[in-house]
Amino acid sequence: MGFIQQLINGLELGNIYALMALGYTMVYGIAKMLNFAHGDIIMVGAYTLSLVMTNVGMPPIIAILASVVVCSILGVVIEKIAYKPLRNASPLTVLITAIGVSYFLQSVALLIFGSNKRKVESAITMQGISIGSLELTGVSVVTLGVTLIIMIGLTLFIKKTKLGKAMLAVSEDKGAAQLMGINVNQTISITFAIGSALAAIAGVLFVSSYGFVGPYTGALPGIKAFVAAVLGGIGSIPGAMLGGILLGIIESLSKAYISTNLADAIVFGVLIIVLLVKPSGLLGKVRMDKV
Amino acid sequence: MSLLEVNNLTIIFGGLRAVDGFNLKIEKGQLYGLIGPNGAGKTTVFNMLTGVYKPTSGKITLDGEDITGKSTIEINRKGIARTFQNIRLFHNMTVLDNVKVGLNNQKKYSVGEGLFRLPRYFKEEKEMDEKALALLSVFDLDQEKDFLASNLPYGKQRKLEIARALATNPKLLLLDEPAAGMNPNETAELMETIHFVRDRFGMTILLIEHDMKLVGGICEEVTVLNFGKELAHGETSKVLNNPEVIKAYLGE
Repeated sequence: MGFIQQLINGLELGNIYALMALGYTMVYGIAKMLNFAHGDIIMVGAYTLSLVMTNVGMPPIIAILASVVVCSILGVVIEKIAYKPLRNASPLTVLITAIGVSYFLQSVALLIFGSNKRKVESAITMQGISIGSLELTGVSVVTLGVTLIIMIGLTLFIKKTKLGKAMLAVSEDKGAAQLMGINVNQTISITFAIGSALAAIAGVLFVSSYGFVGPYTGALPGIKAFVAAVLGGIGSIPGAMLGGILLGIIESLSKAYISTNLADAIVFGVLIIVLLVKPSGLLGKVRMDKV
Repeated sequence: MSLLEVNNLTIIFGGLRAVDGFNLKIEKGQLYGLIGPNGAGKTTVFNMLTGVYKPTSGKITLDGEDITGKSTIEINRKGIARTFQNIRLFHNMTVLDNVKVGLNNQKKYSVGEGLFRLPRYFKEEKEMDEKALALLSVFDLDQEKDFLASNLPYGKQRKLEIARALATNPKLLLLDEPAAGMNPNETAELMETIHFVRDRFGMTILLIEHDMKLVGGICEEVTVLNFGKELAHGETSKVLNNPEVIKAYLGE
C-alpha cells in the first residue's frame, strides 16, 4: 500500500480518536476533572446500538438516537452519584473515583453480556469512495464529517450561548458563578450530558468500523482519546481534534513502516516528547498565575 | 418596612462564635457601612446574607420575605448581589461576557434552542448583548468590551465587578472592601461611582470598608463589628467619633 493510503488510514483512525477526545476535553475543560469512565461510556453506547438494532430490530437511526439518550442519562447519573459528592474533594480523590466508575461499568457489562465479543452490524450503510487506487470507507467519510460538525458546533455552543458562558464561568470560579445566579449543579449536569452524548456518537462510529463490541472495548480507545486530548492541549476543542488526527496518523504510519508491535510505544513516546517540549499540549493555553 | 432586616444572626464554627447576635436594619436607597477591625466577622456576615454560610440561628428578611438559610442561587434571584474583597471576575472571559453571565438567569431559552439556534436564541442573545452594553457604557467600560477581564486595569476591574453584580438585577448590592488596594485617586473615583450607582439605579448598598475616608464620605449610617459582636451603630460621623470605636481600631 502506498504512503498516501497509509495516511488516509491514519486519518480514519484519527477521526475516531478525535471524536472521543472531544468529549474528554469538554468535560475536563468545564468540570476540571478527568472522566476516566469516558471510554466505558463509549462501550455502553456501542452495546446499546447493537441491542436496539439486532435484538429489538429497529432501524439504525433509532438505534443511534437510543444510544445517545442512554449515554446522556448514564453520564448525568454517574456525575450525580459518584462525582457530585466529591465537588470539594481533592482532584486525586475524584480521579480515583473515575477509575472506579470505569471498572464498575466494565464489570457490569461483563456480567450482563459475558466476555465474548458481540458482532455488530454497521449502523452506517453509506458506500465507500475510491479515488484512483485510494479507498475511503463510508464509515470514515461519515466520521470525518460528524467530527468536524461536532467540533464547530461545540465551539459555537460554548462561545455564543448563555449556557456556554455559564459553563465557562463555572469552570473559572464556581463560587463566584453561583453568587451571580448560575446554577452550578445544573450546568455541570448539562456538561456531562453533552460529553456523554458525544461518547455515544463516538461509540456508534467506532463499532461501525470495527464490527465488534466487548466489555473492554472502551478501555484502550479511552486511553488513546485521553492521550489525544493531552497531546492537543487538554481543555481545547480544536486541540482535541488535532491531537486525535495526529495520533491516528502516527499510529498508522508506525504500523506500516516500523513495527506493528511498537506502534503503541511510539504513540506514547511522541506524547512524552511533546509534553517535554510544550507541557500544555500543542494548542493548550499556558496559564500564568500572578504572584 | 426596611429593605433588609437582620435579627440576632449567629454563626458558630466549631467552638468559635464568629458572629454573635448581629442585628441590622437597612432602608431602601440607603448607603450603609459595615466596619470593624480585621477578623471581626464582616465578610462572614456577607457570606451569611448571600447564602454561602448557613447561620446557626437568627433571621434575615429581604423586602418582607424570610431568606434565612436559602441557597446562594435563590438569594441571588430574590435580589442580593455582591462583589468580592479579592476581585473574582471570570478572568479568561471578555468584559462583555462577564456581564452576560450576570444576565444569564433572566433569559429562558433552553439547551436545545441554543444547540439548534432556534429563533428565541437569537432574540434573547441580542437582548442580552444590548443590556450588557448599556450597563458597560454606564461604567465607561464599553470601549473595552472585547478585552479579557484580566487585562483591565485594577480600578476598572472593580467597576466591572459592580457592573456584573448589577446585571443580576438586585435590590441590595453588597460591596466587600471595594477600595482595597486602590490609590487615593482611584478611591475618590470609586466614591463617585458608588454614589452614582445608588442614584442612577435607586440601589440600596451595604459595604464593608477599612478606608475611613470613604466610609465617612459616603455612608449615611454604619455598624461597627468587633469580635463578632456589634460595638456601635448609627449615624456615621457620631459612630466614628465614639471613643469605644476608636479604641477598638487603634488600641488604648
